[in-house]
Amino acid sequence: MKSAVIVFPGSNCDRDLAVALRDVTGSEPAMLWHRETALPDGIDIVAVPGGFSYGDYLRSGAMAARSPVMRAVAEAAERGVPVLGVCNGFQVLTEAGLLPGALMRNAGLNFVCRTIALKVENAQSIFTSGYAAGEEIRIPVAHHDGNFTADEGTLDRLEGEGRVAFRYAEPVNGSARGIAGIVNAAGNVIGMMPHPERMIGPEHGGSDGRRLFEGLLEAVG
Amino acid sequence: MKTRIYVTLKNGVLDPQGKAIHHALEGLGFAGVEGVRQGKLIELDHADDVSDADLDAMCRKLLANTVIENYRIERG
Repeated sequence: MKSAVIVFPGSNCDRDLAVALRDVTGSEPAMLWHRETALPDGIDIVAVPGGFSYGDYLRSGAMAARSPVMRAVAEAAERGVPVLGVCNGFQVLTEAGLLPGALMRNAGLNFVCRTIALKVENAQSIFTSGYAAGEEIRIPVAHHDGNFTADEGTLDRLEGEGRVAFRYAEPVNGSARGIAGIVNAAGNVIGMMPHPERMIGPEHGGSDGRRLFEGLLEAVG
Repeated sequence: MKTRIYVTLKNGVLDPQGKAIHHALEGLGFAGVEGVRQGKLIELDHADDVSDADLDAMCRKLLANTVIENYRIERG
Protein backbone atom coordinates (compact mmCIF):
# COMPACT_ATOMS: atom_id res chain seq x y z
CA MET A 1 0.00 0.00 0.00
CA LYS A 2 1.42 3.34 -1.10
CA SER A 3 0.82 6.19 1.33
CA ALA A 4 1.89 9.81 1.53
CA VAL A 5 2.03 12.25 4.43
CA ILE A 6 1.83 15.95 3.59
CA VAL A 7 4.29 18.18 5.47
CA PHE A 8 3.63 21.89 5.98
CA PRO A 9 5.83 24.39 7.78
CA GLY A 10 4.66 23.87 11.38
CA SER A 11 3.34 20.31 11.00
CA ASN A 12 4.36 18.35 14.08
CA CYS A 13 2.47 15.07 13.85
CA ASP A 14 3.74 14.15 10.39
CA ARG A 15 6.29 11.71 11.78
CA ASP A 16 3.72 10.10 14.11
CA LEU A 17 1.40 9.53 11.15
CA ALA A 18 4.26 8.14 9.08
CA VAL A 19 5.21 5.73 11.88
CA ALA A 20 1.60 4.54 12.22
CA LEU A 21 1.23 4.05 8.46
CA ARG A 22 4.58 2.25 8.17
CA ASP A 23 3.80 0.06 11.16
CA VAL A 24 0.42 -1.02 9.86
CA THR A 25 1.04 -1.16 6.11
CA GLY A 26 4.64 -2.38 6.21
CA SER A 27 5.82 0.17 3.67
CA GLU A 28 7.44 3.56 4.06
CA PRO A 29 5.12 6.54 3.38
CA ALA A 30 6.32 9.30 1.06
CA MET A 31 6.76 12.59 2.91
CA LEU A 32 5.50 15.37 0.65
CA TRP A 33 6.53 18.99 1.20
CA HIS A 34 3.76 21.57 0.76
CA ARG A 35 5.37 23.03 -2.37
CA GLU A 36 5.05 19.74 -4.28
CA THR A 37 2.54 19.89 -7.10
CA ALA A 38 1.92 16.18 -7.66
CA LEU A 39 1.38 13.07 -5.57
CA PRO A 40 3.33 9.85 -6.23
CA ASP A 41 1.77 7.67 -8.96
CA GLY A 42 -0.55 4.95 -7.76
CA ILE A 43 -1.05 6.51 -4.33
CA ASP A 44 -3.49 4.57 -2.11
CA ILE A 45 -3.89 6.99 0.78
CA VAL A 46 -2.97 10.59 1.59
CA ALA A 47 -2.65 11.73 5.20
CA VAL A 48 -2.78 15.38 6.25
CA PRO A 49 -1.17 15.58 9.70
CA GLY A 50 -1.75 17.56 12.85
CA GLY A 51 0.39 20.44 13.98
CA PHE A 52 0.24 24.17 13.50
CA SER A 53 0.69 24.72 9.80
CA TYR A 54 1.91 28.26 9.15
CA GLY A 55 1.66 28.90 12.89
CA ASP A 56 -2.15 28.92 12.64
CA TYR A 57 -1.79 32.45 11.24
CA LEU A 58 -4.98 34.01 9.84
CA ARG A 59 -7.04 30.87 10.75
CA SER A 60 -6.03 27.31 11.57
CA GLY A 61 -5.37 25.50 8.31
CA ALA A 62 -6.17 28.49 6.08
CA MET A 63 -2.73 28.98 4.52
CA ALA A 64 -2.03 25.25 4.20
CA ALA A 65 -5.34 24.74 2.40
CA ARG A 66 -4.14 27.10 -0.37
CA SER A 67 -0.70 25.50 -0.77
CA PRO A 68 0.28 23.90 -4.11
CA VAL A 69 0.21 20.33 -2.77
CA MET A 70 -3.41 20.71 -1.66
CA ARG A 71 -4.51 21.18 -5.28
CA ALA A 72 -3.04 17.74 -6.00
CA VAL A 73 -4.71 16.33 -2.87
CA ALA A 74 -8.08 17.77 -3.97
CA GLU A 75 -7.67 16.19 -7.42
CA ALA A 76 -6.78 12.84 -5.86
CA ALA A 77 -9.79 13.07 -3.52
CA GLU A 78 -11.97 13.76 -6.55
CA ARG A 79 -10.64 10.55 -8.15
CA GLY A 80 -11.63 8.63 -5.01
CA VAL A 81 -8.22 8.33 -3.32
CA PRO A 82 -8.72 8.05 0.48
CA VAL A 83 -7.65 11.19 2.36
CA LEU A 84 -7.26 11.23 6.15
CA GLY A 85 -6.99 14.58 7.93
CA VAL A 86 -6.12 14.56 11.63
CA CYS A 87 -6.42 17.63 13.88
CA ASN A 88 -4.79 20.46 11.91
CA GLY A 89 -5.33 18.17 8.92
CA PHE A 90 -9.09 18.31 9.61
CA GLN A 91 -8.86 22.11 9.75
CA VAL A 92 -6.95 22.11 6.45
CA LEU A 93 -9.56 19.88 4.75
CA THR A 94 -12.47 22.11 5.82
CA GLU A 95 -10.56 25.23 4.75
CA ALA A 96 -9.84 23.57 1.41
CA GLY A 97 -13.54 22.83 0.94
CA LEU A 98 -13.00 19.05 0.88
CA LEU A 99 -15.18 18.76 3.99
CA PRO A 100 -18.04 21.02 5.12
CA GLY A 101 -18.11 23.24 8.20
CA ALA A 102 -15.32 24.99 10.06
CA LEU A 103 -13.27 24.49 13.24
CA MET A 104 -13.34 27.35 15.68
CA ARG A 105 -11.63 28.16 18.97
CA ASN A 106 -12.61 25.66 21.69
CA ALA A 107 -15.69 26.84 23.57
CA GLY A 108 -13.85 26.64 26.90
CA LEU A 109 -10.93 28.62 25.40
CA ASN A 110 -8.48 26.06 26.81
CA PHE A 111 -6.07 24.00 24.79
CA VAL A 112 -7.29 20.45 25.47
CA CYS A 113 -4.67 17.72 25.60
CA ARG A 114 -5.79 14.40 27.03
CA THR A 115 -7.15 11.01 26.07
CA ILE A 116 -10.91 11.16 25.59
CA ALA A 117 -13.77 8.76 24.97
CA LEU A 118 -15.23 8.70 21.47
CA LYS A 119 -18.30 6.98 20.15
CA VAL A 120 -18.00 5.35 16.73
CA GLU A 121 -21.12 6.58 14.93
CA ASN A 122 -20.65 4.91 11.59
CA ALA A 123 -18.56 1.77 11.15
CA GLN A 124 -19.40 1.44 7.45
CA SER A 125 -16.83 3.86 6.06
CA ILE A 126 -13.42 2.75 4.78
CA PHE A 127 -11.90 4.59 7.74
CA THR A 128 -14.06 3.06 10.47
CA SER A 129 -14.55 -0.53 9.34
CA GLY A 130 -12.15 -1.66 12.08
CA TYR A 131 -14.73 -0.63 14.68
CA ALA A 132 -18.26 -1.62 15.64
CA ALA A 133 -21.04 0.98 15.33
CA GLY A 134 -21.84 2.47 18.71
CA GLU A 135 -18.55 1.26 20.18
CA GLU A 136 -16.74 3.52 22.64
CA ILE A 137 -13.03 3.95 22.04
CA ARG A 138 -10.27 6.04 23.63
CA ILE A 139 -8.04 8.29 21.56
CA PRO A 140 -6.00 11.39 22.52
CA VAL A 141 -6.89 14.93 21.51
CA ALA A 142 -4.56 17.93 21.52
CA HIS A 143 -6.03 21.10 20.05
CA HIS A 144 -7.07 24.68 20.56
CA ASP A 145 -9.41 24.99 17.58
CA GLY A 146 -11.51 21.84 17.56
CA ASN A 147 -14.95 23.35 17.96
CA PHE A 148 -16.70 22.03 14.84
CA THR A 149 -19.39 24.30 13.51
CA ALA A 150 -21.71 24.23 10.51
CA ASP A 151 -25.19 25.53 9.77
CA GLU A 152 -28.12 23.45 10.96
CA GLY A 153 -28.93 22.22 7.45
CA THR A 154 -25.39 20.93 6.98
CA LEU A 155 -25.42 19.26 10.39
CA ASP A 156 -28.75 17.57 9.61
CA ARG A 157 -27.38 16.38 6.28
CA LEU A 158 -24.22 14.99 7.89
CA GLU A 159 -26.30 13.10 10.44
CA GLY A 160 -28.90 11.94 7.92
CA GLU A 161 -26.30 10.62 5.50
CA GLY A 162 -24.35 8.79 8.20
CA ARG A 163 -21.36 11.05 7.66
CA VAL A 164 -20.62 11.61 11.35
CA ALA A 165 -17.81 9.09 11.87
CA PHE A 166 -16.97 9.86 15.50
CA ARG A 167 -18.71 11.77 18.27
CA TYR A 168 -17.23 12.86 21.60
CA ALA A 169 -18.61 10.71 24.42
CA GLU A 170 -17.70 13.49 26.89
CA PRO A 171 -17.59 17.30 26.71
CA VAL A 172 -14.34 18.40 25.01
CA ASN A 173 -14.49 21.59 22.97
CA GLY A 174 -18.07 22.69 22.35
CA SER A 175 -18.36 21.03 18.92
CA ALA A 176 -21.79 21.16 17.31
CA ARG A 177 -23.67 17.99 18.27
CA GLY A 178 -20.44 16.62 19.78
CA ILE A 179 -19.01 15.91 16.34
CA ALA A 180 -15.37 14.76 16.42
CA GLY A 181 -14.97 13.46 12.87
CA ILE A 182 -16.86 13.53 9.56
CA VAL A 183 -16.54 12.04 6.10
CA ASN A 184 -17.32 13.64 2.73
CA ALA A 185 -20.34 12.63 0.61
CA ALA A 186 -18.31 10.11 -1.42
CA GLY A 187 -16.93 8.57 1.79
CA ASN A 188 -13.25 8.77 0.79
CA VAL A 189 -12.25 11.86 2.80
CA ILE A 190 -12.30 11.94 6.60
CA GLY A 191 -11.43 14.74 9.00
CA MET A 192 -11.13 14.14 12.73
CA MET A 193 -9.74 16.10 15.67
CA PRO A 194 -8.56 13.11 17.78
CA HIS A 195 -5.17 11.57 16.94
CA PRO A 196 -5.45 7.86 16.04
CA GLU A 197 -1.71 7.80 15.27
CA ARG A 198 -1.01 8.43 18.96
CA MET A 199 -2.75 5.25 20.05
CA ILE A 200 -1.23 2.45 17.99
CA GLY A 201 0.13 0.04 20.59
CA PRO A 202 0.64 -0.83 24.24
CA GLU A 203 3.44 1.71 24.57
CA HIS A 204 0.84 4.40 23.79
CA GLY A 205 -1.58 3.02 26.34
CA GLY A 206 -3.83 1.31 23.82
CA SER A 207 -4.39 0.50 20.20
CA ASP A 208 -7.82 2.00 19.49
CA GLY A 209 -6.21 4.31 16.94
CA ARG A 210 -4.33 1.51 15.24
CA ARG A 211 -7.64 -0.09 14.31
CA LEU A 212 -8.45 2.86 12.05
CA PHE A 213 -5.29 2.21 10.02
CA GLU A 214 -5.84 -1.55 10.03
CA GLY A 215 -9.45 -1.14 8.88
CA LEU A 216 -8.31 1.24 6.17
CA LEU A 217 -5.63 -1.17 4.99
CA GLU A 218 -8.20 -3.94 4.79
CA ALA A 219 -10.73 -1.73 2.98
CA VAL A 220 -8.24 -0.33 0.47
CA GLY A 221 -6.25 -3.54 0.06
CA MET B 1 -3.12 52.96 -1.35
CA LYS B 2 -4.48 51.35 1.80
CA THR B 3 -7.55 49.17 2.11
CA ARG B 4 -8.95 47.91 5.36
CA ILE B 5 -10.72 44.58 5.52
CA TYR B 6 -12.81 43.83 8.55
CA VAL B 7 -13.51 40.14 9.17
CA THR B 8 -16.24 39.37 11.69
CA LEU B 9 -18.03 36.24 12.79
CA LYS B 10 -21.49 35.75 11.32
CA ASN B 11 -24.46 36.32 13.59
CA GLY B 12 -25.36 33.19 15.48
CA VAL B 13 -21.82 31.79 15.39
CA LEU B 14 -20.62 31.31 18.96
CA ASP B 15 -17.67 33.59 19.74
CA PRO B 16 -15.91 32.19 22.83
CA GLN B 17 -13.19 34.85 22.63
CA GLY B 18 -15.78 37.64 22.56
CA LYS B 19 -17.50 36.06 25.55
CA ALA B 20 -14.23 35.93 27.50
CA ILE B 21 -13.60 39.62 26.74
CA HIS B 22 -17.14 40.41 27.89
CA HIS B 23 -16.53 38.64 31.19
CA ALA B 24 -13.27 40.50 31.67
CA LEU B 25 -15.01 43.85 31.09
CA GLU B 26 -17.64 42.91 33.65
CA GLY B 27 -14.84 41.92 36.03
CA LEU B 28 -13.43 45.43 35.65
CA GLY B 29 -16.78 46.81 36.74
CA PHE B 30 -18.02 48.13 33.38
CA ALA B 31 -21.78 47.76 33.41
CA GLY B 32 -24.13 47.93 30.45
CA VAL B 33 -22.09 45.99 27.87
CA GLU B 34 -24.59 43.55 26.39
CA GLY B 35 -22.31 41.53 24.16
CA VAL B 36 -18.81 41.44 22.67
CA ARG B 37 -17.79 40.03 19.30
CA GLN B 38 -14.14 39.79 18.34
CA GLY B 39 -13.06 40.16 14.75
CA LYS B 40 -9.99 40.92 12.68
CA LEU B 41 -8.70 43.97 10.86
CA ILE B 42 -6.47 43.23 7.88
CA GLU B 43 -4.79 46.24 6.30
CA LEU B 44 -3.56 45.96 2.75
CA ASP B 45 -1.06 48.37 1.25
CA HIS B 46 -1.48 48.04 -2.49
CA ALA B 47 -1.15 49.59 -5.94
CA ASP B 48 -3.93 51.93 -7.06
CA ASP B 49 -4.94 49.66 -9.92
CA VAL B 50 -5.90 46.68 -7.72
CA SER B 51 -9.57 46.32 -8.58
CA ASP B 52 -12.54 46.01 -6.25
CA ALA B 53 -13.15 42.59 -7.78
CA ASP B 54 -9.62 41.53 -6.84
CA LEU B 55 -10.08 42.72 -3.27
CA ASP B 56 -13.35 40.82 -3.04
CA ALA B 57 -11.70 37.68 -4.46
CA MET B 58 -8.90 37.96 -1.87
CA CYS B 59 -11.51 37.97 0.88
CA ARG B 60 -13.44 35.03 -0.52
CA LYS B 61 -10.39 32.91 -1.35
CA LEU B 62 -8.29 33.47 1.74
CA LEU B 63 -8.89 36.34 4.13
CA ALA B 64 -12.34 35.27 5.38
CA ASN B 65 -13.85 31.84 5.87
CA THR B 66 -17.33 32.49 4.55
CA VAL B 67 -18.70 29.43 6.37
CA ILE B 68 -18.42 31.34 9.64
CA GLU B 69 -17.26 34.88 8.81
CA ASN B 70 -18.44 38.02 7.06
CA TYR B 71 -16.09 40.61 5.61
CA ARG B 72 -16.33 44.30 4.86
CA ILE B 73 -13.95 46.14 2.55
CA GLU B 74 -13.11 49.80 3.20
CA ARG B 75 -11.16 51.04 0.24
CA GLY B 76 -8.73 53.94 0.41
